[in-house]
Amino acid sequence: MYFAKELLDQSSRLRKRWEDEVKKSVAKWPDQKPRWSTVSDLEIKRLYTPEDIKDMDFANDIGYPGQFPFLRGNQVTGYRGKYWTFRMFSGMGSAKETNQRWHLLLKEGQTGLSTAFDFPTLMGYDTDSPKARGECGKCGVAIDTLEDFLQLVDGIPMDKITTSMTINPPATVLWAMYCAAADLKGIPLSKIGGTIQNDMLKEFIAQKTLMCPPEPSVKLISDTVEFGTKYVPRWNTISISGYHIREAGSTAVQELAFTLRDGMEYVEDVIRRKGLDVDEFAPRLSFFFNSHIDFFEEIAKLRAARRIWAKAMRDRFKSKDERSWWMRFHTQTAGCSLTAQQPYNNVIRTATEALAAVLGGTQSLHTNSLDEVLCLPSDHAVQIALRTQQIIAEETGVANTIDPLAGSYFVEALTNEMEEKAWDYIHKIDEMGGMVAAIEKGFPQLEIADAAYQFQRQIDAGEKVMIGVNKYVSEDVTPIPFLEIDDRVETEQIERLNAVRRKRDGKAVKKCLDDIKAACKKGENVMPYCIEAVKNLASVQEICDVYREVYGEYRDPGLY
Amino acid sequence: MAERKIRIMVAKPGLDGHDRGARVLARCFRDAGFEVIYTGCHQTPEQIAASAIQEDVDVVGLSCLSGAHRYLFPAVVKLLKEKNADDISVIGGGIIPDQDFKALYDAGIKAIFTPGATLDSIVEWINTNIKPRN
Repeated sequence: MYFAKELLDQSSRLRKRWEDEVKKSVAKWPDQKPRWSTVSDLEIKRLYTPEDIKDMDFANDIGYPGQFPFLRGNQVTGYRGKYWTFRMFSGMGSAKETNQRWHLLLKEGQTGLSTAFDFPTLMGYDTDSPKARGECGKCGVAIDTLEDFLQLVDGIPMDKITTSMTINPPATVLWAMYCAAADLKGIPLSKIGGTIQNDMLKEFIAQKTLMCPPEPSVKLISDTVEFGTKYVPRWNTISISGYHIREAGSTAVQELAFTLRDGMEYVEDVIRRKGLDVDEFAPRLSFFFNSHIDFFEEIAKLRAARRIWAKAMRDRFKSKDERSWWMRFHTQTAGCSLTAQQPYNNVIRTATEALAAVLGGTQSLHTNSLDEVLCLPSDHAVQIALRTQQIIAEETGVANTIDPLAGSYFVEALTNEMEEKAWDYIHKIDEMGGMVAAIEKGFPQLEIADAAYQFQRQIDAGEKVMIGVNKYVSEDVTPIPFLEIDDRVETEQIERLNAVRRKRDGKAVKKCLDDIKAACKKGENVMPYCIEAVKNLASVQEICDVYREVYGEYRDPGLY
Repeated sequence: MAERKIRIMVAKPGLDGHDRGARVLARCFRDAGFEVIYTGCHQTPEQIAASAIQEDVDVVGLSCLSGAHRYLFPAVVKLLKEKNADDISVIGGGIIPDQDFKALYDAGIKAIFTPGATLDSIVEWINTNIKPRN
């Protein structure tokens, strides 16, 4: 028991007295609303007391930093040895423009890079594909071949700076480009560090950058895990992501449960398909969460995430290495909490969400820019967003001590509640036969659709508030500077791609693509063949077309 | 004879996968009593125009959050016109900057809804402006 019996008796006595007072008070001054709940609609009590956490076991449920169950963080010294990585997600237009933004961010004190690709790249199409019309460079940087990639990383010290790449269906191809670029710069693969998102399960559930069906998609992911384990030991080969699940409208509990169950699915697949021992690869699995506007719910979610993962690794997968039990994660503030109306208010939202991420113990953070709800961020808006992190780290003092909210009756009770509800979902998905089976049934997709619809109804009814949208609406609009991607980027990118096609050795490209096809058919690891293909200037689409041909194409079933 | 229900196709053109708004609206239209067809993500303008005609819808609602609306929305209107189906109205929504509204209206988009539009206001616009075709 967490508290002595005397304390609980005392608490119970005092609580009864307080409850009587509340009744009298409410009779005179009624509450402003009948029900108080989180943004995810989880009901919150008026007060939390020692009685709410009386069943906690200190060693098993709380513990110390760097010790099971890692509720209080993975790092023994918290943020004192090193702050979280300031990692701003960026990419726009051409590789050259994005490279300039990267150099600007590094100069301003950013400590890691993170790449946003445009939709054609994300979906495995070249810029000149009929499907790509109008999209080039709009939501991120356009990459067709290794030539573009080399321009992207020009002047970036690849052996010192870690780079995260938000890439999913073509993850093998873009990672192959990173490996090839390092090789051409004379940097051994053992020295490069970074992350590929490479999490297809959440694509089917939420983000919808789709290419092949779930089964072969997971196979390609296991290929990268195996390759990384053997040759690129400092690389995080999957970033198991809840961010997009939340942006698609899930609750905090759904984000937590679906993300962790996705993680378990990948672990099972690598063990089964590749025959690796869990502790050979699990330390390189990383996670990616959303930090939404409900401050305490987010802190509780992030703390619960570490504890659930530690338990799953130890008890479900019988992992022996504590590094496998660590849930290392990146966090991004919630794009969907920002408003197009009165956009300067977004700075406040982002700061609050970033603070929650830090109090939840994130190891890496992206803060959204105030204009991201309207367009790709302008230089000035990105600078404010980066400064937000620097102010939290170096001015507010919240990094002085580790996990400062531990022991709070409310925060611990909410953390427990999040964990309990997440396990309910995880067990339900187990019963369905795992996450791939659940996705095929449409289960997580429809759970999220329900939550998103309910939230929108609550907004429309004024039961939930978004300032500037359904309350304190102001006609007075202050225009903000707007970054626009010129349509010229598309024509120029197509010219570049055509120039590469003219100069490369077409026969060598064809052979490389045939080799990838053979590897796919034999169930061999595709990574070495991909690296060879990109070095010979095969394009993103050419390689992805091989995958589509061998594995088939997956279409969004359009569930709602 | 009872009046035919409004048939609406909610469509996601282009490579954009941000489908939260589209799916919330599809469900809202169903609750509002419309007959709803949702295409799912990643439809080309050609696919959308062909399905709209095949499904005999009264209105197509396009959703795009990637910035490619300037190309994709007018492309759908143009294709419907080419197939003599310009009695099918096209409306759109998503992240659409104010400065793009005029070009979209000029291209034949009937209405544009951006973040902050309530579900009821969109339903009301459709009920007022769209009549089921016979």
